[in-house]
This record gives sequence, C-alpha cells and structure tokens, in this order.
Amino acid sequence: MKVTRHWLQEFTPIEEGTPQLGQALTMAGLEVESISPVAPPFTDVVVGLVVACGAHPDAEKLSVCQISTDGINRLQIICGAPNVRVGLKVAVAMLGARLPNNVLIKRAKLRGLESQGMLCSVRELGLGAEHDGIMELPFELTLGADLRMALDLDDVVLEVNVTPNRGDCMSVFGVARDYAAAQSRVYLTQRTTPVTPVHNEKISVTIDAVSDCPVFASRVIRNIGVGVPTPLWMRERLRRVGINSISPVVDVTNYVMIELGQPMHAYDRHALQGGLVVRRASAKESLVLLDDQEYLLDPEFVVVADDRGAVGLAGIMGGRRTAISSATHDIVLEAAHWVPDAIAGRARRLGLFTDAGQRFERGVDPSLLEQSIERATALLLEITGGEPGPVILSRATQNSTDEVGHLGVILRRTRLAQMLGASIPDSEVVALLNAISDQVVTLPEGWHVQSPPHRFDLRIEADLIEEVLRLRGFDSVLEYPAAVPQSVGYAGESQVAHEKIANAAASCGYREAITYSFVDPALQMLLFPNVSSMAIKNPIAADMSVMRVSLWPGLLHVVRENLHRQQTRVRLFEIGKRFNLSNEGVLNEVETFAGIATGSRWPEQWSGGRESLDYFDVKADLMNVLSITGPEIVIKFTQDLLHCLRPGRTARIYRENRPIGWLGELHPALVRKLDLAVVPLLFELDITSTFHCNELKFNSISKFPSIRRDLAVVVGEHLPLTELLDNVTVSAAGLLSELRVFDVYCGPGVDLGRKSIALGLILKDSSRTLTDVDADAVVAAVIARLRDKLSATIRD
Amino acid sequence: MESLSQLVAQAIIDIDASLNMIALDEVRVRLLGKKGLLTEQLKSLGTLPAGDRPAAGQKINDAKLVVQVALDKRRQEFETAELARELAAGAIDVSLPGRGQGPGSLHPVTRTRLRIEHIFVQAGFQIASGPEVEDDFHNFEALNIPKNHPARAMHDTFYFPDGRLLRTHTSPVQIRAMRATPPPMAFIAPGRVYRCDSDMTHTPMFHQIEGLVIGEQINFANLKSMLHTFVEHFFEQSLRMRLRPSYFPFTEPSAEVDIECVFCHGKGCRVCKQTGWLEILGCGMIHPHVLGAAGMDAEKWQGYAFGMGIERLTMLRYGVDDLRLFYENDLQFLKQFP
Repeated sequence: MKVTRHWLQEFTPIEEGTPQLGQALTMAGLEVESISPVAPPFTDVVVGLVVACGAHPDAEKLSVCQISTDGINRLQIICGAPNVRVGLKVAVAMLGARLPNNVLIKRAKLRGLESQGMLCSVRELGLGAEHDGIMELPFELTLGADLRMALDLDDVVLEVNVTPNRGDCMSVFGVARDYAAAQSRVYLTQRTTPVTPVHNEKISVTIDAVSDCPVFASRVIRNIGVGVPTPLWMRERLRRVGINSISPVVDVTNYVMIELGQPMHAYDRHALQGGLVVRRASAKESLVLLDDQEYLLDPEFVVVADDRGAVGLAGIMGGRRTAISSATHDIVLEAAHWVPDAIAGRARRLGLFTDAGQRFERGVDPSLLEQSIERATALLLEITGGEPGPVILSRATQNSTDEVGHLGVILRRTRLAQMLGASIPDSEVVALLNAISDQVVTLPEGWHVQSPPHRFDLRIEADLIEEVLRLRGFDSVLEYPAAVPQSVGYAGESQVAHEKIANAAASCGYREAITYSFVDPALQMLLFPNVSSMAIKNPIAADMSVMRVSLWPGLLHVVRENLHRQQTRVRLFEIGKRFNLSNEGVLNEVETFAGIATGSRWPEQWSGGRESLDYFDVKADLMNVLSITGPEIVIKFTQDLLHCLRPGRTARIYRENRPIGWLGELHPALVRKLDLAVVPLLFELDITSTFHCNELKFNSISKFPSIRRDLAVVVGEHLPLTELLDNVTVSAAGLLSELRVFDVYCGPGVDLGRKSIALGLILKDSSRTLTDVDADAVVAAVIARLRDKLSATIRD
Repeated sequence: MESLSQLVAQAIIDIDASLNMIALDEVRVRLLGKKGLLTEQLKSLGTLPAGDRPAAGQKINDAKLVVQVALDKRRQEFETAELARELAAGAIDVSLPGRGQGPGSLHPVTRTRLRIEHIFVQAGFQIASGPEVEDDFHNFEALNIPKNHPARAMHDTFYFPDGRLLRTHTSPVQIRAMRATPPPMAFIAPGRVYRCDSDMTHTPMFHQIEGLVIGEQINFANLKSMLHTFVEHFFEQSLRMRLRPSYFPFTEPSAEVDIECVFCHGKGCRVCKQTGWLEILGCGMIHPHVLGAAGMDAEKWQGYAFGMGIERLTMLRYGVDDLRLFYENDLQFLKQFP
C-alpha cells in the first residue's frame, strides 16, 4: 500500500529524512519497496494568471501573454501552447528558475519579442507525460504562491509491502501508528470531532448474519451538492496513493479508507427499497456489482440487501443498482465491521481483488466505525455541503461489542529470554509493550497485555515475543553459535546418492537438464498413449498441464529446442520424479534417472567418429553409470516393445530379474512426427530399484597366469547373446575368469539365417597354473554344450 | 706381425666405410667371426714356440680390442642415427585436439543445491525429502495456514481435481519429518516446488531448501549465527547480514534475511536496486501451532526454521541475470557450469 510522507506527518512527527524513514519502516517489518518523490526538484515556479494574450506578429503558433504573479505587475511571456487563454491560472517559471533536467530560465527573445519567463507544461515540470499544452492550474490557488507549496510537491510516496498479518497497517494512520511505536515508543490514537446531526432520518438495519457482522454503522446525509468537483488536494492525494478520483462521495469514502483503514460504502438513498438486512447469500443468488459484472453467489458469501434483494457484497464491493450517480443528492453512508472469517478468500473465489476485501480479510479495527463515518461526513460537507442525520450503530446482538475477540495475552519473562537467547531489562520490555497497547499490567512472571482492537495478530505469547523483538530491532539480538542436535544420519553403503549417479552420467559426457514436472499432454500422449496421467486443474499453459509419466517428453522438448539453436550433438540426463498412476488411480512418485542422446558418436574431431551414435554407444554409457552399483549386480537387456521406441531396437532392462527401465531408439514414426533431423536414443531407469549396491566382498587375486582360448560359434541369427554366454559360463566349470565378445559376423562363409560370434575365453585358476590339457577340456565341454543346447557349430 | 697391424688398419678403414648395420656386421664377421681373420690368428698361436705365445697372444688381443671398440663406436653411431630418424618420423602436432567423449556436467541448480547441502551436512544436519504432490493439510493447514487465510494469496497454487496440489514450498517436509522423528532434530529438505506464476522473475517450478532445528534451548540468537555462518560459507567471503521482521504463518517471530550485496558490497547497484542489500532467505522461530500440529509439546521443544530459493542463490553466486535460463536447458548455458 502507498502512503505519503506529508500525510503520515499529519499523525506523527517525522524528523528524519525520507530514506531514513523508509529504513525505519522496513526494519519494523513494513518493507518499503520504493520511495518516489511526487515531483523532481525545480525552483522558482509560481502560480500566475494570464491577464492578456495575443498573437505574435511574426510567428503563427506563438502567443504574446501578459502574466501577473502578484496582481499588480505584469510579465511578458511568449508561449507556444494552444491552450493558453485569458483568465487561466498557469505555472510560471520565473527568470532564474531551474527546471528538471537542468533547464535554466533566462531572459530570451523569441522572433524579436522579449520573454520574461516560461509557462510550463506538466512534462516540463516532470509531473507527468502530458505535453499538449501548458498546465492548467485550479483557480483556487493563490496568485504568486510557490507551485511546490501550492500543490504539495515536496511530498514523497512510499510504497509499503504490508504482510497479511498486519491489517492494522493498511492505512496511513496505521503506518504512522506503527512508526510511532517503533521510533518514539508512543501509543498513538486517533480522534475525530463528531458532526452534529441536523435531522433525524435513519435507515433500519437488521443483522441476520450475527457472527459475520457484529456492528454496522450508518448515516443518512441529505441534499449534498450535485456537480461539485472533488478539490485538487484530495484528488492529488488519492492519485499519489494509486486511487482514481470518481466523484466527491466515492472519493471521500476512499480517502477515509486510505487514511483510517475503514472501508466504507455509500448508497443512493432513493435507490434503496426499505431497510437494510445483513445476511448470507442464498444459493445461486445473483448480484451485479459496481464493476458491472454479474456474480453468482452461495451461502459462503455475506450480502447487504434491501427489500428487492442484495445491494452489495459484504466487505468486498457495492452493487450496481444502489450506486451513487451524478444526480444523487441523498445518500446512506455505511461503515460495517466484517469479521475476517466472513470475508477471507471470498473475493479470490470470484476473481476479484478489492481494497475493501484486502482490508477486511486481514482484519479492520472494529472501534473505527463511528470515527470513520464522522470523518467522512466532515470531509463531504466541506466539499458538497449537505444535511447529516445521526450516526446509527446497529449491533448484531445486545452483547456485540467493538472489542470482540480481543483478549489479554500473557508474556512470560523466562519464555522471552529463552526464545530469543537474550535477556531484555523489564523496563525496556514494558516500554515496548506500552507502545502497542494501552493496557499493560505487570505480573510476577511477566506481563499481561490487552491486545488493542486493531491488532488481529496478537493472540498468543509468541506474537508478543515477536512484537518485543520487532520494536526493539532484530539486530538487538546478538548471534550466538550453538551446535545443532546431533544424530548420526548414516546412509548405508548400499544406498547410492543421486549425486553419484549424476556424476557418473556427467563423466560419460551427458549434461544435466532440469525440465518441468508438467508437460504437454499432446506430446505425452504421442509417446505414451496408454498411460494415464494427472491433469492440473489450473495449469499455467496448455502445454504444461499434465504431470509427466516419464522424463522423456521434457527431454525430447529440450533436444528439439537445442537442435533449433544449431546444437547438433545433444546428450542430456535428468534426475527427478515421474508421476505414475496405478490402475486403481493411486499416485506413485517414482524417482527416475533418464537420458537422451543424439548426433555423432564422438564430438566432431579430426580422427573419425563422425558416424551417428547408436544403441550400443548409449548402452555402454548406461553400463558405465550402472557400474557404480558394484561388480556383482546382474543387469540384462531383453528385446521388448514400447509404443514410443523402435521395435527391434528396444530393450527392457532388468536387474536380478526385476524390470528397472528401458533403452531404445525413438520410433521412426515419432521422429517424423516431431520433425527431428536426428534419431535420439532414450533411456530411463527407476532409481530405487536400480541403484543400490550388493554387499561388496573382496576376491583374492590369483597369482597364476591365465590362458586364452578363442572360439567362433555359429548360431541362429535371432539367438540373444546372453543365452549363448550363459551356456558358456555354465559349462566352463568355474575356470572362466572373463568372457569377451570380439566379433559378430553374418555373410559369406556363414549360412543364411545364422551368425558367427567370436568369443575370447580367459581361463584362470586361483590355486595353480592351468595347462593346455585343462584349457582343451574346458573348450571341449563348452563346445559340447553349445552343440547340444543351441545347435551351434564351430568355425575353424 | 706386420700383417696384424695391416689387418687392424684395414679393419678400421672398413668399419668407417660401412654405411649400415649389415655392412658393419660383415666387417665384424670377417674379423671376429668364428672364421674371422683375427680369430684365425688366435687359433694359429699354437704353432708358435711356447715362449713366444704370451707376447703374440697379447698383441692379437690388443688388435681385437681396437677392432671391437671401433665396431661399437660405429654401431653406436648407427643406433643414434636410427633413433633420430624414428623420432623425426614419429613427430606429431601436439596442438591437435585429443580424441574421445567430451565432458558432461551438472545443472547449475544442482551444483548450488549440493554446495548448500554440503555446508549444512557438515554442520550436522540430515537431509529429508517428501512428496511433490501434497495434500492441503501438509502444505497449508499444518503450517498454520487455514483455508481462506490471506497468506494463501501469496501462494499461487496448482491444484488437481481431487483437491490435492503441487507443493508450493518445501515446508510440508517439515511437518512430515517432525511427525516421523522424535525431537531433537536438525535437517534440511531440498526439492522442487511449484507456483502458478510465470514472468521475468518467476518460473512455475523452482527449487527450495528448507531447514529446521528443534531442541530444548534452540533460540533466535542461534538461528542468526547459523544463517550468518551459512551465507559466509556459501559466498566464500565475509558479509554483513541483517534480519528484517516479516511474516510467515509457520514461524513467529518471522524474518527476512538480507545480506550485503555481493556485487557492490553495499554501495548500491542495479542488482540490489541501490539498497546495498540482497534478500536471500526467510526464517523464524517455529510457530507453537506448527509444533503442536506435529505432536510436540511447544512448552518443552522450540526451534527455528528457514527456507531459501536455490535459483536465487545460484543467480547471485554466478551472476546469472535471467531466471528462465535455468529451464531452457540451452547447451550453451549448461556448458558454462562444469
């Protein structure tokens, strides 16, 4: 909310400069977001009157003006503005005046005629952008008055960020009160002189919604002047705090709201049918508000109604039907106390954001009602005249008081010290508490503080501890180191930190991406047409509206973006959750490690490797990453089918026979649909089921040499290698220390439908040197088994 | 014996004249081989009278030695030349790039998260985590933010049709950890959070780290000390720090933490909007209602909590000036963070 320095000064003296004022408010918890002077610096600009005005003999667009700034003497000033005319009050920059942007006004000749000053436009004074003509001043300004004084241009606007707990600071008076409390330790109160009623007309108010509205104040004012403008000073003040001037009645209610914090409303007396009733809205009750929009209500909302129906949405906005018009001369002023719970969240539900709603949901001082009505009456009568009736306070029940819910809170001396880690002398605590409450009683264990009616945030002891600290300054507590409670949070060796996975992937040349957890439903549907996902009710954009069931949609999107930026070789991984729904609709947040790779096998270099990478490159990368889980794990890649991957180049990955993920090439149909110039390889692994280590165990290293035997085995072309290797391992009877595949061949020399696989068997024993006889025996056993089980033949 | 000295002289001439190892070896065989001229002379010693033999033998051996030395010297010359040829032929352009896979890297947000985690883990904190799809209770109610509370307006929340939501902060992890572990405790909870907001300075997803310490005597002075230690470690320099009163429903007192601007050191610049201060995190003493909601006796246990945005700290640490870069994943951006 915006306040101005001069307005604040009407309630409390401010001696320090504005930057210091801003700092003081910020350090008291009222963060000042900006400080802007109302006008840039300029000097010697005064209010003048155009007493004569004629055309320049030698220039079509210039006027020769006679200006008086004292009612006696005249200055000849040449002016080029189209709106200059006799009788206009203008801003005159006198000779020697300094205007913004370092413009100095000197005696000058324009087309042969002397000009003894300048008539200024709004823009020339730095007050706005208008430059169509000179500034037209209100006639009530005193001739010769310094413009800065006349328009209060030395004022400064401070924009204060009021936190949701501080409804009491949603007014100029409230900010002044808190400033006074923090600076001078003064408990500031506001009193307004009542206006004497001149007639006895009142409007009947019935409060049905007793818990929503404890008190409702109203006053009828008759015969207000029609067609009278709001005075400049009020319009200007409202403008400075961000409120447009509309009409004297509306401006006055807004002015009082900004000044005291009490939102008010004015009804056209003659548009009201019968008395007012405060009640909950009925289901599907509709109401057209001042913004001309129709709203459909329900019993969550409180309304003010007359005999014909709702005339206002309580605490948020008035209704169209009973609004003040330019012809209104009799009005009803309303100042009601709405309890926060009856207002909070309601405006948001309707997509509304109003000054009134913002204040009531934070809490408005219920003791303000009469004062506000009196203040508004006084201001209005000053502007428009009129005949006020009595102020009527209608109470929901006989027991409804202005101080509902504001009870006493006890602050214990020991608790204060224990919470802050600092002890504060009693006298200081008392002084601080006195600055926020006029009812502080010292008890043996501490203090009893009556929370003042404007403070909705002082409910428990912790709130008072904060107040003491806040007013004393957070810097007043010195830092004091203390070890945090120790407990050994040992992550077992079997756990693999995500950090380790990320580092392993990075060392294989992959860069980590972080993509949004919500993705484009169209893209996700293309990839996973049969997987159901969670849709967000209020997405920020259509292409970020469903939770990802895989990290691939996000990674594919990033690859596409990078390809558009002329990056041809993209290798990325991501670690994050995917959001899968079970058949029963239960959400499972699965920690996932996924990656994507496109482009050449190696970064472009002078010695080859320019061919596109393929399945086996990425498989090797994946195996390197998987190696962090230890040497004893059994990983298998099995030919399988997944909608978005290319059949025949898709592997389901298993760890110890449990499926843990997928690796494959993007389906060519999708490559075309996504208009990709390259074919990406994709992998995805469940972190929890993949990355855990088996217990590590040392195997003694054999001191004896190994023997190598090579075999070229011819088998059916569709036989998976794993099956071949399993058979070799079984028949090698424990002497096989390593098994290498060094060639796979189809073509001349091998029958159609078969392939030749070259195996290197490294044989070793831990207790002796193997002989050729041992090796021959192993090879014979292997050959026998392969012939027997796989119909293999051996090539020589 | 004249023939011996002639032999040696001729041998030296032949050795020097040989142009390669083969020629040289021929000379060696001719003189020192099994049937070499000098070998033959040694064999013929037996024909001399016994008294002459030692002197004659000595001469022949001296001649052999001279020849051998000349051979060795010549061989050495050949080897040196051969090595020089090999080296000349094998020279490479060492300025050509190396071969192999290029480097990968961690995302700058991860890099910062890990740095923050390591600082707090060294201070004795444990790391906790929780779900990203949360319920109203953990994200709001238990944190003292009842329905319709104005503070909900500060959180533009993504909802699912069943009423669940994407967590708007990492604070619900507080509640889960407090309910799962008996006090005392100290942990941090890093993770993704979501707000329905997107512009120059907001992305709909970002990262926070939440911290929480509960003990019997953990106080505000301790909180200030811990945070100051953290920021100085994180930015690797001494920095002034100040706490400003603020409001979070789940802490009381609540504070915003400002540090001296790391770009201008408090003089005032564009980044700190001329204030000399940078707002970097929020903190406070845990609200008694929050302790109560987690089943703790607020008269016995007390503590502090804090929360910070990882992107903001990353931007300040590395001078990144546009938040949206973190989620574009442009390789040209990612490559800058090794």
